[in-house]
Amino acid sequence: MRVIPFIISTIITAGLVVACNMKWGVVPPIGKFLSPQHGFWQNAEATDHSFTEDLKFTGVKDKVNVSFDERLVPHIFANNDDDAYFVQGYLHAKFRLWQMEFQTLATAGRISEIVGEKAINYDREQRRMGLTFAAENMAQAIEENEKTRDAVRSYTAGINSYIENMTESELPVEYKLLDYWPEKWSTLKTALFIKQLTKTLSGYSYSNDFQYSNLLTVFSDAEIKILFPYFQDSLAPIIPPGTVYSPAPFTPIVPFDYDSAYLHRKSLIDITQSEKTTPGTGSNNWAISGSKTQSGFPILCNDPHLDLTVPSIWFELQITTPSYNAYGTSFPGIPSVVIGFNDNIAFGFTNGGVDVMDFYEIRFKDDSKSQYWYNDNWTESKIRIEEIKTRNGKSFYDTVAYTVFGPVMYDKSFTHLSSDNKAIAVRWKAHDPSNELLMWWWLDRAKNYEDYYEAIKYFTCPVQNIVFACKRGDIAIWQQGDVPLRWPRQGVYVMPGQNDEYRWQGIISREANPHIINPEEGFVSSANQRATDSTYPYYVPGDYAVYRGYRINKLLSDMNKITPDDMMKLQNDNHNTRAEIIRPLLLQQINENKLTKEEKRLFQIFKSWNLENNPDESGPAIFSNWIDSLRSKIWGDEFTRVNNPIFPELSTLIDGLLRDSNFIYADNINTPQVETVSDMVTASFKSVAPFLLAKERENKLTWAAYKNTTVYHLLKNNALPFAVQGISNGGGEEIINATSHSNGPSWRMVVHLSTITEAYGVYPGGQSGNPGSKYYDNFIETWEAGKYYSLWVMKKSDEIDEKVKWTMKFDKK
Amino acid sequence: MKFFTAFLLTVLLSFISGLYLPWWGIAIASFIVSLIVHQKAGKAFAAAFASLFILWSGLAWWINIKNENILSFRIGELLGIGNNPLLLIAITATLGALIAGFAAMSGSFLRSKKA
Repeated sequence: MRVIPFIISTIITAGLVVACNMKWGVVPPIGKFLSPQHGFWQNAEATDHSFTEDLKFTGVKDKVNVSFDERLVPHIFANNDDDAYFVQGYLHAKFRLWQMEFQTLATAGRISEIVGEKAINYDREQRRMGLTFAAENMAQAIEENEKTRDAVRSYTAGINSYIENMTESELPVEYKLLDYWPEKWSTLKTALFIKQLTKTLSGYSYSNDFQYSNLLTVFSDAEIKILFPYFQDSLAPIIPPGTVYSPAPFTPIVPFDYDSAYLHRKSLIDITQSEKTTPGTGSNNWAISGSKTQSGFPILCNDPHLDLTVPSIWFELQITTPSYNAYGTSFPGIPSVVIGFNDNIAFGFTNGGVDVMDFYEIRFKDDSKSQYWYNDNWTESKIRIEEIKTRNGKSFYDTVAYTVFGPVMYDKSFTHLSSDNKAIAVRWKAHDPSNELLMWWWLDRAKNYEDYYEAIKYFTCPVQNIVFACKRGDIAIWQQGDVPLRWPRQGVYVMPGQNDEYRWQGIISREANPHIINPEEGFVSSANQRATDSTYPYYVPGDYAVYRGYRINKLLSDMNKITPDDMMKLQNDNHNTRAEIIRPLLLQQINENKLTKEEKRLFQIFKSWNLENNPDESGPAIFSNWIDSLRSKIWGDEFTRVNNPIFPELSTLIDGLLRDSNFIYADNINTPQVETVSDMVTASFKSVAPFLLAKERENKLTWAAYKNTTVYHLLKNNALPFAVQGISNGGGEEIINATSHSNGPSWRMVVHLSTITEAYGVYPGGQSGNPGSKYYDNFIETWEAGKYYSLWVMKKSDEIDEKVKWTMKFDKK
Repeated sequence: MKFFTAFLLTVLLSFISGLYLPWWGIAIASFIVSLIVHQKAGKAFAAAFASLFILWSGLAWWINIKNENILSFRIGELLGIGNNPLLLIAITATLGALIAGFAAMSGSFLRSKKA
């Protein structure tokens, strides 16, 4: 033996193996990652891959057949409900394991475990918001109900059967890139998934309490009321105006000191909130009664607007058991069909936009956070120690105090909230125990309006506009959810938390929630607008859209003999209602004499624009830049007296300018002269013109090129090659086709409830979550073109149909 | 002849190890083969290097053909080498070949008589 050479070459070999088995910064363990039998090459799925398999598990009770059509949509045929949920879990895991686990880890504030200390602040915020606390309460409620307990247990068993039998080579490529391994699924993870969505749809993007509170230091409450109005001039509420409401049985009691302690607080609250805004999150839904359709049968439509991602948040499927037959999209992470239809009814959702998150200022006795001042006493808080594990093995410990309101989200230790033991506790409806899953359990099986009505009562948070139609002919919409009973202006600003007077005084009774059944208009619709007109007897703060609802209601009112084709066109409508309303004023107020030759040419393009946000139009980019600039110029001077201010909505600016040509906010308070609306309109146009002309030279002024619609991978810019960029389509914010740069209709569905259900749908993604599969993004082209797939409601007897491409058979072991 | 035998055996044993062992099974396979089929260090290195280069590039190439470049384009961009599947295959193969080569060299030195 040649000892020294042996030692040297062995050290080199071992060194290479160890080095290539380790993650270096963002570089994956290169040996593991590149090995053709273990690493990413194994995720490169053959384009003619067969998904046909025979599988045996101890967790299934009976035979289950899954037929996949050419789009890789599974049609599950089970002999009992438990087996159907098992298989749904198995398929979610097989096609979407990484995303469902990553999203729940993110919700639980556990990203540091994967990427290291750089995620600690993100993780702390998730924990301090009480997301895991909320999910634990939900998991308990799921377990306490027999139906959801069985469903989630079977679903979980399905996921875990996949994980247990998965080899290293089958591990989704994101695990290989980030170098970690999946955990077992659990009821808590399903609850965490729902809470993540609850945060998106009712988190602090819908409650601007800190921003409004800080505005109080320069504006009065009366001014803020005008600047952030409760109603907009163009509001077309969900419930038709003129509907008569029963008076409120109980009027919440206004605290005696609310004028001095609440409406006139003058101290700034210096808090940095991450991910404050998710502009464009919203949705459209509507149902048309048979009286307005060509066939005489109802049509139901829904397109939920979310951040567009691959893997998509949706996974399409059909579930058939002896007790029900449901088709639609599901969330990888929870059992059941979430938006869809069955043999009798169809259902869909838009976000209610109701504010169900309020903040209270409390005072700790000392740094231990163990006591806080409440109702003239030092009251014990419940201390929850959050251990945030990090990738390198070190743990970060965070102490979160829970008060009668909820967790203390901000204090001295988090986002520099300064003086004298003051802290901010959050009261969020999502913390209360509830079992939203039970709604879907019943909806998937519902046969008529009464079943729908009974099903939706289980949905408490976030508040949703749930649209309904059934083959019997009924249509309906309910704004469903627990809405806190508040006195006027309660919850707009951060509230004093030293006693119980500022707490919510109950929940608006379910019967009083806005709803309408079979209206004489022949349709019901919602598009995130305020649900009611001023006669509704409750105070409901929130964050609401305006123009989509206005447009939908206007078009639907005029339409008759409606066909599914008409509805697809409507979902893809690119008309810019905002521009329609404000353009005459812009054209009238601009001082053309002050424009250069090039600016005049740009202005002419805007002037002759057809008001459609179509892919090849240049008008939309000019309009959106111009109006945004006008908005900053009009409000900037008054609002930048506060740090990180929130500006009034565009609708407020538009309504203000149209009401009053001498709009007082036009004047720049920092200059001696008095500016007019015309000055501001002209100046804002001139200030964006160079940018727009530069875009034109790059051939990026046309709308599709300008907005560059992108479906990002969930890892965003960290995995840009996994994204789909440069999608050429129209639409935009506050347009029915709400497609902006990275947000928009995440699923479009049209269901015609004729004798044999006729349904169409598409989502921008693909059934497989694997970036190495041709089924990863294959729906995007169809979606981009505004086209749809015909949804095949398969029958058991169709198993020999040529549309079935692969068959997966499950049986008990 | 020894070279060819070592080459073939390493390809075979490495492939089998890939089915049951982690990726670094190729080092064990190359080591064992060079113990059994003894050659001088340089030749042992070359045989194992060639084995793994052929094995890994062959596997990756075949997978990539069947996948029609879908993933190799994406990973190539992610790793900063662009849409260049052949380069990605070459990097893959070289890495495996190097590790196999050094492992085989160790095996060879272990059996060598003292110089």
